[in-house]
Amino acid sequence: MAYKTDYKAVAGLGSAKDGTGHFISQRLTAIALVPLALCFLYPFMRALGSGHEAVLETYRHPFNALIAVGFLIVGFRHLRLGLQVVIEDYIHAERPRMICMILNALTWRGLAIAGAFAVAKIALGA
Amino acid sequence: MVEFTLPKNSRITIGKTWPKPAGAKNIRTFRIYRFDPDSGANPRLDTYFVDMDDCGPMILDALIKIKNEVDPTLTFRRSCREGICGSCAMNIDGINTLACIYGMDEIKGDVKIYPLPHMPVVKDLIPDLTHFYAQHASIMPWLETRTNRPAAEWRQSIEDRKKLDGLYECVMCASCSTSCPSYWWNSDRYLGPAALLHAYRWIIDSRDEATGERLDQLEDPFRLYRCHTIMNCTRTCPKGLNPAKAIAEIKKLMVERRV
Repeated sequence: MAYKTDYKAVAGLGSAKDGTGHFISQRLTAIALVPLALCFLYPFMRALGSGHEAVLETYRHPFNALIAVGFLIVGFRHLRLGLQVVIEDYIHAERPRMICMILNALTWRGLAIAGAFAVAKIALGA
Repeated sequence: MVEFTLPKNSRITIGKTWPKPAGAKNIRTFRIYRFDPDSGANPRLDTYFVDMDDCGPMILDALIKIKNEVDPTLTFRRSCREGICGSCAMNIDGINTLACIYGMDEIKGDVKIYPLPHMPVVKDLIPDLTHFYAQHASIMPWLETRTNRPAAEWRQSIEDRKKLDGLYECVMCASCSTSCPSYWWNSDRYLGPAALLHAYRWIIDSRDEATGERLDQLEDPFRLYRCHTIMNCTRTCPKGLNPAKAIAEIKKLMVERRV
Protein backbone atom coordinates (compact mmCIF):
# COMPACT_ATOMS: atom_id res chain seq x y z
CA MET A 1 0.00 0.00 0.00
CA ALA A 2 1.30 3.44 -0.94
CA TYR A 3 0.62 6.16 1.59
CA LYS A 4 0.30 8.92 -0.98
CA THR A 5 -2.15 11.76 -0.77
CA ASP A 6 -4.70 12.08 -3.58
CA TYR A 7 -3.17 15.42 -4.49
CA LYS A 8 0.29 13.90 -4.88
CA ALA A 9 -1.11 11.22 -7.18
CA VAL A 10 -2.60 13.90 -9.41
CA ALA A 11 0.50 16.11 -9.31
CA GLY A 12 2.68 13.19 -10.42
CA LEU A 13 6.00 14.38 -11.81
CA GLY A 14 4.57 17.80 -12.63
CA SER A 15 3.83 19.36 -15.96
CA ALA A 16 6.08 18.37 -18.87
CA LYS A 17 5.82 22.00 -20.15
CA ASP A 18 5.44 20.46 -23.57
CA GLY A 19 2.75 19.39 -25.99
CA THR A 20 1.94 22.68 -27.68
CA GLY A 21 4.71 22.15 -30.24
CA HIS A 22 3.20 18.79 -31.11
CA PHE A 23 -0.28 20.34 -31.28
CA ILE A 24 0.87 23.11 -33.65
CA SER A 25 2.99 20.78 -35.77
CA GLN A 26 0.17 18.28 -36.22
CA ARG A 27 -2.15 20.98 -37.51
CA LEU A 28 0.44 22.67 -39.74
CA THR A 29 1.41 19.35 -41.35
CA ALA A 30 -2.28 18.54 -41.84
CA ILE A 31 -2.85 21.83 -43.66
CA ALA A 32 0.33 21.43 -45.72
CA LEU A 33 -0.70 17.91 -46.71
CA VAL A 34 -3.84 19.10 -48.51
CA PRO A 35 -2.02 20.82 -51.43
CA LEU A 36 0.98 18.48 -51.19
CA ALA A 37 -1.15 15.34 -51.44
CA LEU A 38 -3.12 16.74 -54.38
CA CYS A 39 0.02 17.82 -56.25
CA PHE A 40 1.73 14.52 -55.43
CA LEU A 41 -1.14 12.21 -56.36
CA TYR A 42 -1.90 13.71 -59.78
CA PRO A 43 1.48 12.93 -61.46
CA PHE A 44 1.85 9.79 -59.34
CA MET A 45 -1.45 8.31 -60.56
CA ARG A 46 -0.61 9.29 -64.14
CA ALA A 47 2.79 7.61 -63.94
CA LEU A 48 1.41 4.55 -62.19
CA GLY A 49 1.28 1.56 -64.53
CA SER A 50 2.86 3.37 -67.44
CA GLY A 51 6.26 1.76 -67.25
CA HIS A 52 9.61 2.32 -65.59
CA GLU A 53 10.82 5.01 -67.98
CA ALA A 54 7.63 7.05 -67.60
CA VAL A 55 7.99 7.04 -63.81
CA LEU A 56 11.62 8.16 -64.08
CA GLU A 57 10.57 10.88 -66.52
CA THR A 58 7.88 12.14 -64.13
CA TYR A 59 10.26 12.51 -61.22
CA ARG A 60 13.05 14.04 -63.27
CA HIS A 61 10.81 17.07 -63.46
CA PRO A 62 11.96 19.37 -60.62
CA PHE A 63 8.41 20.37 -59.58
CA ASN A 64 7.22 16.76 -59.29
CA ALA A 65 10.40 15.78 -57.46
CA LEU A 66 10.15 18.67 -54.99
CA ILE A 67 6.50 17.96 -54.32
CA ALA A 68 7.25 14.25 -53.82
CA VAL A 69 10.05 15.01 -51.34
CA GLY A 70 7.83 17.50 -49.52
CA PHE A 71 4.96 15.02 -49.42
CA LEU A 72 7.17 12.26 -48.03
CA ILE A 73 8.78 14.41 -45.34
CA VAL A 74 5.59 16.16 -44.23
CA GLY A 75 3.46 13.02 -44.61
CA PHE A 76 5.75 10.85 -42.51
CA ARG A 77 6.04 13.60 -39.90
CA HIS A 78 2.26 13.83 -39.69
CA LEU A 79 2.06 10.05 -39.42
CA ARG A 80 4.61 10.03 -36.61
CA LEU A 81 2.77 12.74 -34.68
CA GLY A 82 -0.54 10.92 -35.08
CA LEU A 83 0.82 7.53 -34.08
CA GLN A 84 2.50 9.10 -31.06
CA VAL A 85 -0.95 10.15 -29.85
CA VAL A 86 -2.31 6.64 -30.41
CA ILE A 87 0.60 5.13 -28.45
CA GLU A 88 0.14 7.60 -25.59
CA ASP A 89 -3.58 6.92 -25.54
CA TYR A 90 -3.57 3.15 -25.53
CA ILE A 91 -0.23 1.75 -24.36
CA HIS A 92 0.17 2.29 -20.65
CA ALA A 93 2.92 -0.06 -19.48
CA GLU A 94 6.08 1.99 -19.30
CA ARG A 95 8.53 -0.28 -21.12
CA PRO A 96 6.31 -1.18 -24.12
CA ARG A 97 5.38 2.47 -24.43
CA MET A 98 9.01 3.58 -24.45
CA ILE A 99 9.86 0.98 -27.09
CA CYS A 100 6.91 2.02 -29.27
CA MET A 101 7.77 5.70 -28.89
CA ILE A 102 11.39 5.10 -29.92
CA LEU A 103 10.38 2.91 -32.89
CA ASN A 104 7.82 5.51 -33.89
CA ALA A 105 10.37 8.31 -33.71
CA LEU A 106 12.98 6.45 -35.76
CA THR A 107 10.99 4.41 -38.30
CA TRP A 108 9.14 7.22 -40.00
CA ARG A 109 12.14 9.53 -40.02
CA GLY A 110 14.14 6.73 -41.61
CA LEU A 111 11.49 6.10 -44.25
CA ALA A 112 11.18 9.82 -44.99
CA ILE A 113 14.94 10.08 -45.51
CA ALA A 114 15.00 6.94 -47.67
CA GLY A 115 12.06 8.18 -49.76
CA ALA A 116 13.55 11.64 -50.22
CA PHE A 117 16.87 10.07 -51.21
CA ALA A 118 15.16 7.82 -53.78
CA VAL A 119 13.33 10.75 -55.38
CA ALA A 120 16.51 12.89 -55.33
CA LYS A 121 18.41 10.08 -57.01
CA ILE A 122 15.89 9.98 -59.85
CA ALA A 123 15.61 13.76 -60.11
CA LEU A 124 19.35 14.31 -60.20
CA GLY A 125 19.86 11.34 -62.48
CA ALA A 126 22.61 9.92 -60.30
CA MET B 1 -2.80 -1.71 -22.66
CA VAL B 2 -6.21 -0.25 -22.48
CA GLU B 3 -8.83 -2.68 -21.15
CA PHE B 4 -11.66 -3.09 -23.62
CA THR B 5 -13.51 -5.65 -21.54
CA LEU B 6 -14.52 -5.58 -17.91
CA PRO B 7 -12.26 -7.41 -15.45
CA LYS B 8 -13.70 -10.77 -14.31
CA ASN B 9 -14.84 -9.48 -10.94
CA SER B 10 -16.64 -6.53 -12.56
CA ARG B 11 -18.78 -8.52 -15.01
CA ILE B 12 -22.43 -7.90 -14.39
CA THR B 13 -24.68 -10.83 -13.56
CA ILE B 14 -28.48 -11.10 -13.56
CA GLY B 15 -29.79 -10.03 -10.18
CA LYS B 16 -32.98 -10.21 -8.23
CA THR B 17 -36.39 -9.34 -9.63
CA TRP B 18 -38.39 -7.52 -6.98
CA PRO B 19 -42.16 -7.94 -6.69
CA LYS B 20 -44.54 -5.70 -8.64
CA PRO B 21 -46.59 -3.21 -6.63
CA ALA B 22 -50.01 -4.64 -5.89
CA GLY B 23 -52.93 -3.13 -7.78
CA ALA B 24 -50.78 -0.82 -9.89
CA LYS B 25 -51.94 -0.17 -13.48
CA ASN B 26 -49.16 2.02 -14.82
CA ILE B 27 -45.96 0.12 -14.10
CA ARG B 28 -42.45 1.00 -15.27
CA THR B 29 -39.50 -1.39 -15.14
CA PHE B 30 -36.17 -0.26 -13.72
CA ARG B 31 -32.99 -2.25 -14.19
CA ILE B 32 -30.45 -1.00 -11.70
CA TYR B 33 -26.78 -1.86 -11.18
CA ARG B 34 -26.09 -3.27 -7.74
CA PHE B 35 -22.69 -3.86 -6.19
CA ASP B 36 -21.83 -4.58 -2.60
CA PRO B 37 -18.07 -4.65 -1.96
CA ASP B 38 -18.59 -6.50 1.34
CA SER B 39 -20.30 -9.47 -0.30
CA GLY B 40 -17.39 -10.33 -2.59
CA ALA B 41 -19.91 -11.13 -5.35
CA ASN B 42 -19.90 -9.71 -8.85
CA PRO B 43 -22.13 -6.75 -9.59
CA ARG B 44 -25.68 -7.62 -10.64
CA LEU B 45 -28.60 -5.99 -12.38
CA ASP B 46 -31.71 -5.92 -10.20
CA THR B 47 -35.17 -5.39 -11.65
CA TYR B 48 -37.66 -3.17 -9.90
CA PHE B 49 -41.22 -2.17 -10.80
CA VAL B 50 -42.56 1.27 -9.95
CA ASP B 51 -46.17 2.43 -10.01
CA MET B 52 -45.93 5.55 -12.16
CA ASP B 53 -49.33 6.81 -10.98
CA ASP B 54 -47.82 7.16 -7.51
CA CYS B 55 -44.37 8.54 -8.36
CA GLY B 56 -42.81 11.90 -9.24
CA PRO B 57 -41.70 12.57 -12.83
CA MET B 58 -37.94 12.42 -12.42
CA ILE B 59 -35.59 9.42 -12.27
CA LEU B 60 -34.53 10.43 -8.77
CA ASP B 61 -38.18 10.30 -7.65
CA ALA B 62 -38.33 6.66 -8.73
CA LEU B 63 -35.01 5.83 -7.05
CA ILE B 64 -36.17 7.38 -3.78
CA LYS B 65 -39.47 5.55 -4.05
CA ILE B 66 -37.66 2.23 -4.59
CA LYS B 67 -35.38 2.91 -1.62
CA ASN B 68 -38.30 3.94 0.62
CA GLU B 69 -40.82 1.31 -0.35
CA VAL B 70 -39.10 -1.65 -2.00
CA ASP B 71 -35.42 -2.05 -1.19
CA PRO B 72 -33.77 0.12 1.48
CA THR B 73 -30.34 -1.29 0.61
CA LEU B 74 -30.28 0.47 -2.79
CA THR B 75 -27.50 3.04 -2.42
CA PHE B 76 -27.08 6.30 -4.29
CA ARG B 77 -26.05 9.90 -3.65
CA ARG B 78 -28.61 12.68 -3.75
CA SER B 79 -29.14 15.98 -2.04
CA CYS B 80 -30.70 19.05 -3.63
CA ARG B 81 -33.05 17.28 -6.11
CA GLU B 82 -32.85 20.29 -8.44
CA GLY B 83 -29.60 20.03 -10.41
CA ILE B 84 -27.48 22.27 -8.20
CA CYS B 85 -25.48 19.94 -5.98
CA GLY B 86 -24.33 17.46 -8.64
CA SER B 87 -24.62 14.50 -6.25
CA CYS B 88 -26.98 12.24 -8.18
CA ALA B 89 -24.91 11.94 -11.37
CA MET B 90 -25.27 8.45 -12.85
CA ASN B 91 -25.55 6.68 -16.18
CA ILE B 92 -29.23 6.65 -17.10
CA ASP B 93 -30.38 5.05 -20.35
CA GLY B 94 -26.78 5.22 -21.62
CA ILE B 95 -26.25 8.88 -20.80
CA ASN B 96 -24.35 10.40 -17.89
CA THR B 97 -26.70 12.86 -16.29
CA LEU B 98 -28.31 14.01 -13.07
CA ALA B 99 -31.14 11.75 -11.92
CA CYS B 100 -32.97 14.69 -10.35
CA ILE B 101 -33.41 16.65 -13.58
CA TYR B 102 -33.76 13.77 -16.04
CA GLY B 103 -37.41 13.09 -16.75
CA MET B 104 -38.80 9.59 -16.98
CA ASP B 105 -40.66 10.68 -20.13
CA GLU B 106 -37.31 11.12 -21.92
CA ILE B 107 -36.76 7.35 -21.86
CA LYS B 108 -38.47 4.73 -23.99
CA GLY B 109 -38.86 1.22 -22.56
CA ASP B 110 -37.13 -0.03 -19.44
CA VAL B 111 -35.04 2.42 -17.44
CA LYS B 112 -31.47 1.20 -17.13
CA ILE B 113 -29.34 2.83 -14.45
CA TYR B 114 -25.63 2.31 -13.85
CA PRO B 115 -23.02 4.26 -11.89
CA LEU B 116 -20.84 6.75 -13.81
CA PRO B 117 -18.66 4.71 -16.19
CA HIS B 118 -15.07 3.64 -15.68
CA MET B 119 -14.80 4.72 -12.06
CA PRO B 120 -14.18 2.54 -9.03
CA VAL B 121 -17.56 1.75 -7.46
CA VAL B 122 -17.97 2.29 -3.74
CA LYS B 123 -21.44 0.73 -3.65
CA ASP B 124 -24.34 0.41 -6.12
CA LEU B 125 -24.65 3.78 -7.90
CA ILE B 126 -21.89 5.53 -5.95
CA PRO B 127 -18.57 5.97 -7.76
CA ASP B 128 -15.36 6.86 -5.98
CA LEU B 129 -14.67 10.48 -6.98
CA THR B 130 -11.57 10.99 -4.81
CA HIS B 131 -9.19 11.29 -7.76
CA PHE B 132 -11.65 13.49 -9.66
CA TYR B 133 -11.84 15.95 -6.74
CA ALA B 134 -8.05 15.95 -6.34
CA GLN B 135 -7.73 16.84 -10.02
CA HIS B 136 -10.08 19.76 -9.45
CA ALA B 137 -7.98 20.88 -6.47
CA SER B 138 -4.82 20.68 -8.60
CA ILE B 139 -5.94 23.42 -10.99
CA MET B 140 -6.07 25.96 -8.12
CA PRO B 141 -9.82 26.62 -8.20
CA TRP B 142 -9.61 29.98 -6.54
CA LEU B 143 -8.70 33.57 -7.37
CA GLU B 144 -4.91 33.83 -7.30
CA THR B 145 -3.45 37.32 -6.99
CA ARG B 146 0.06 38.74 -6.73
CA THR B 147 -0.89 42.36 -6.14
CA ASN B 148 -2.01 43.37 -2.67
CA ARG B 149 -4.01 46.36 -3.87
CA PRO B 150 -6.85 47.10 -3.87
CA ALA B 151 -7.11 45.84 -0.33
CA ALA B 152 -10.88 45.65 -0.57
CA GLU B 153 -13.17 44.67 -3.42
CA TRP B 154 -11.62 43.70 -6.79
CA ARG B 155 -13.89 45.09 -9.44
CA GLN B 156 -14.78 43.42 -12.70
CA SER B 157 -16.42 44.94 -15.77
CA ILE B 158 -19.74 43.60 -17.00
CA GLU B 159 -18.01 42.38 -20.19
CA ASP B 160 -15.33 40.52 -18.22
CA ARG B 161 -17.93 38.98 -15.94
CA LYS B 162 -19.81 37.73 -18.98
CA LYS B 163 -16.76 35.66 -19.97
CA LEU B 164 -17.43 33.45 -16.93
CA ASP B 165 -20.95 32.58 -18.08
CA GLY B 166 -21.15 28.99 -19.21
CA LEU B 167 -18.24 28.12 -16.91
CA TYR B 168 -19.15 29.09 -13.36
CA GLU B 169 -22.36 27.02 -13.52
CA CYS B 170 -20.46 23.71 -13.42
CA VAL B 171 -21.54 21.69 -10.38
CA MET B 172 -18.72 19.13 -10.57
CA CYS B 173 -21.07 16.18 -11.06
CA ALA B 174 -18.37 14.33 -13.08
CA SER B 175 -20.81 13.40 -15.87
CA CYS B 176 -18.50 14.93 -18.51
CA SER B 177 -15.20 13.50 -17.34
CA THR B 178 -16.62 9.99 -16.96
CA SER B 179 -18.14 10.16 -20.47
CA CYS B 180 -14.76 10.91 -22.03
CA PRO B 181 -12.86 7.93 -23.55
CA SER B 182 -9.58 9.81 -23.08
CA TYR B 183 -10.42 10.11 -19.40
CA TRP B 184 -11.31 6.41 -19.24
CA TRP B 185 -7.94 5.40 -20.66
CA ASN B 186 -5.71 8.01 -19.00
CA SER B 187 -7.47 9.53 -16.00
CA ASP B 188 -4.32 9.08 -13.93
CA ARG B 189 -2.66 11.85 -15.95
CA TYR B 190 -5.34 13.53 -18.06
CA LEU B 191 -7.24 16.12 -16.02
CA GLY B 192 -10.52 15.57 -17.84
CA PRO B 193 -13.13 18.04 -19.08
CA ALA B 194 -14.51 19.10 -15.69
CA ALA B 195 -11.15 20.09 -14.19
CA LEU B 196 -10.12 21.78 -17.46
CA LEU B 197 -13.36 23.74 -17.67
CA HIS B 198 -12.69 24.99 -14.14
CA ALA B 199 -9.08 25.74 -15.07
CA TYR B 200 -10.30 27.89 -17.96
CA ARG B 201 -12.81 29.62 -15.69
CA TRP B 202 -9.88 30.96 -13.62
CA ILE B 203 -7.56 31.54 -16.59
CA ILE B 204 -9.97 34.01 -18.17
CA ASP B 205 -11.04 35.67 -14.94
CA SER B 206 -9.95 39.31 -15.40
CA ARG B 207 -8.98 39.53 -11.71
CA ASP B 208 -6.74 36.46 -11.64
CA GLU B 209 -3.00 37.21 -11.82
CA ALA B 210 -1.66 33.68 -12.20
CA THR B 211 -2.66 33.12 -15.84
CA GLY B 212 0.85 32.16 -16.99
CA GLU B 213 1.40 29.77 -14.09
CA ARG B 214 -1.96 28.18 -14.72
CA LEU B 215 -1.07 27.63 -18.38
CA ASP B 216 2.36 26.31 -17.36
CA GLN B 217 0.71 23.74 -15.12
CA LEU B 218 -1.58 22.57 -17.93
CA GLU B 219 1.00 22.47 -20.72
CA ASP B 220 1.52 18.75 -20.82
CA PRO B 221 0.87 15.97 -23.37
CA PHE B 222 -1.43 14.29 -20.87
CA ARG B 223 -2.93 16.91 -18.56
CA LEU B 224 -4.38 18.97 -21.43
CA TYR B 225 -3.54 17.42 -24.78
CA ARG B 226 -5.25 14.07 -24.16
CA CYS B 227 -8.40 15.93 -25.22
CA HIS B 228 -9.06 14.84 -28.81
CA THR B 229 -12.24 16.90 -29.22
CA ILE B 230 -14.45 13.81 -28.93
CA MET B 231 -17.18 16.11 -27.54
CA ASN B 232 -18.89 13.50 -25.33
CA CYS B 233 -18.43 15.98 -22.49
CA THR B 234 -20.47 18.67 -24.16
CA ARG B 235 -23.10 16.22 -25.33
CA THR B 236 -23.67 14.76 -21.89
CA CYS B 237 -23.39 17.83 -19.61
CA PRO B 238 -26.68 17.96 -17.67
CA LYS B 239 -26.19 21.70 -17.17
CA GLY B 240 -25.84 22.36 -20.90
CA LEU B 241 -22.26 23.61 -20.61
CA ASN B 242 -19.52 23.20 -23.21
CA PRO B 243 -16.31 21.84 -21.63
CA ALA B 244 -14.91 20.96 -25.08
CA LYS B 245 -14.98 24.63 -26.06
CA ALA B 246 -13.29 25.65 -22.81
CA ILE B 247 -10.51 23.13 -23.52
CA ALA B 248 -10.17 24.42 -27.08
CA GLU B 249 -9.86 27.96 -25.69
CA ILE B 250 -7.04 26.83 -23.39
CA LYS B 251 -5.26 25.27 -26.38
CA LYS B 252 -5.67 28.53 -28.30
CA LEU B 253 -4.05 30.44 -25.43
CA MET B 254 -1.19 27.91 -25.41
CA VAL B 255 -0.57 28.65 -29.09
CA GLU B 256 -1.08 32.39 -28.64
CA ARG B 257 1.66 32.70 -26.06
CA ARG B 258 4.10 30.99 -28.42
CA VAL B 259 3.55 32.84 -31.66
